Amino acid sequence: MRPGVVVLAAGNRSRGDDAIGPLLLERLASWLAAAGRSAEFELIDDYQLQIEHALDLQDRRLALFIDAGWRTPAPLAFYAIAPAAAAAGSSTHALSPQALLGVYRQIGLADPPPAFVLCVSGERFELGADLSPAMQAHAEAAWRQLQRLCAQPDAARWRAMAGAGAD
Amino acid sequence: MIQKLETAEHPGTLRRVAIDAVSRVEGHGKVTILLDERNQVQQVRLHIVEFRGFERFIQGRPYWEVPVTVQRLCGICPVSHHLAASKALDQVVGATRLTPTAEKIRRLMHYGQILQSHALHFFYLASPDLLFGFDSDLSRRNIVGLAAAHPETARRGVLLRKFGQEVIRITAGKRVHGTGSIPGGVNKSVTPEERALLLADIYQIVGWSRDAVRLIKDLHAQNAALYNSFGVCRSNTMSLVGTEGELDFYHGSLRARDANGGILFDGVDYGDYSQHIEEEVKPWSYMKFPFLAAFGKRNGWYKVGPLARVQNCDRIPTPLAEIERREFIDYCGGLPTHAPLAYHWARMIEMLHAAETIKDLLHDDAILGDDLVRSGTRATEGVGVIEAPRGTLIHHYRVDEDDLVTMCNLIVSTTHNNQAMNEAIRQVAVRYLQGREVTEGLLNHIEVAIRCFDPCLSCATHALGQMPLSVELIDAEGRLVHDLARNGDGSFAYSGD
Repeated sequence: MRPGVVVLAAGNRSRGDDAIGPLLLERLASWLAAAGRSAEFELIDDYQLQIEHALDLQDRRLALFIDAGWRTPAPLAFYAIAPAAAAAGSSTHALSPQALLGVYRQIGLADPPPAFVLCVSGERFELGADLSPAMQAHAEAAWRQLQRLCAQPDAARWRAMAGAGAD
Repeated sequence: MIQKLETAEHPGTLRRVAIDAVSRVEGHGKVTILLDERNQVQQVRLHIVEFRGFERFIQGRPYWEVPVTVQRLCGICPVSHHLAASKALDQVVGATRLTPTAEKIRRLMHYGQILQSHALHFFYLASPDLLFGFDSDLSRRNIVGLAAAHPETARRGVLLRKFGQEVIRITAGKRVHGTGSIPGGVNKSVTPEERALLLADIYQIVGWSRDAVRLIKDLHAQNAALYNSFGVCRSNTMSLVGTEGELDFYHGSLRARDANGGILFDGVDYGDYSQHIEEEVKPWSYMKFPFLAAFGKRNGWYKVGPLARVQNCDRIPTPLAEIERREFIDYCGGLPTHAPLAYHWARMIEMLHAAETIKDLLHDDAILGDDLVRSGTRATEGVGVIEAPRGTLIHHYRVDEDDLVTMCNLIVSTTHNNQAMNEAIRQVAVRYLQGREVTEGLLNHIEVAIRCFDPCLSCATHALGQMPLSVELIDAEGRLVHDLARNGDGSFAYSGD
């Protein structure tokens, strides 16, 4: 039996603020372990979302995507998402969380679980860069938001929190 | 060849159309097209930021970290960098020959990578264009549209990709950030349970891969005139081939052919790559332009990747893929094809070969062995070359007596294909945009040509909130006439006069 909640974090630890997803996921893993709640969640990190991640959404009751944002609201944005078509690009890179839900629905699976995005605003993404000072501050706000979400992983509650701001 | 369209005589007097395929914060691709007042194409350029920062990033690090660290270069083919770095550093630790278990585990990992990458490319990126048409309704031209019209095709694409990821997870230790390959060998083999898990699915995977070849073959047959002529750019080709001239993605020597298929060089030890390949810097591009040194900048440029490999080898050493290769060669009349859309056909033949090779390796008991690592006389330099999904990948390192990397040089497949991609889009621009008002459908033809090569656009960075594509049309006086932006949901927003 799969854990009911899946948290997918996308990012590259060697590219400055892009590391925020994996870093938050690491912190969440420790927090859940200390609380004896690891079995409720599956935590997945990857460089970016791809079509096979649709299969990671199967048999879940709730999904959370964590990612860095560029030119997105600071310190963070938290919002519910719905399935959408992926824009055709020029290379095989990444899908948006919305496009991943679209893939899920169209490959013969039932409707995807309620899904939300925690997008943490960043500004520095160069190879070898550390987290920017701004992202370090945003990371703390994001961590508090993540704790609140995971304390009560319930779709109705998350919907109420969506759009309510960071703090 | 229409290199004359690389630089217009009076660019300041021309209108500028920019296809800005920005999907990353830094490191992105952009196409600029200059049109004169009669909409005649005067200049076409593809700009891609290269990974030069990574070479500085790796200097000063202990060599044993490198096979793991280099995976952060590319989120799409991290295994290729993992293995190319390992091969280079095998030489540094004196492992002139790997144990049978180590080599077969690495091969299994690599062919898993080829399978999943080719599946992603074809089913996710390319097939919506091919099945619906280049200027079809934009709302259908994506994998969701594909899934609605061809649900089984879309489902297979996801499951093929997933299987390849499972092969990587088992051989590399983890789905991402794998550590399986180390200088001198590997740090784990496959357990009988893991083998059984993969064997349960591999025959289905081979069957689906055959069907994928059939699908692309049928598409070629249905519209041969388009497929054989779209964006054709004649050039030399280069790839690794095995010791008997066979297709080999993991190891071999370098072979290059001219545009007619004649051998330019063969059996070249890839450690000597720098004697055969030089790179030209052009002031308008961040990415270098490699060429075969003996033939100069103008005539020495070449293609790499599936189309080059399938035509460069003498045979494919698995039966089903070899049948398909022969049919492909026959279809082309025995002469090399230089049609970018044929990349997709060659790519699917390679995917079938990868699936067959994985099947064979899973039946080889050597992958269960425990003799994993070799070492020998220490060296200060190593070159590793591998055929990554998109083409030849070169890693070159020097290491000092304190085990720290002092020099790193990488040539990635997208760099090898730089001139070929530029030539292909020039052909397409002239054929489809000349004298016409620019529309999204017409601009997609340019992107279709780029997608054939599947360039890496510094893909190891990802962030939300970016515009995947924007198009600007600027008149001869530099004024913005209109701009066209593609939103994250695939819709287009248009503004202007």
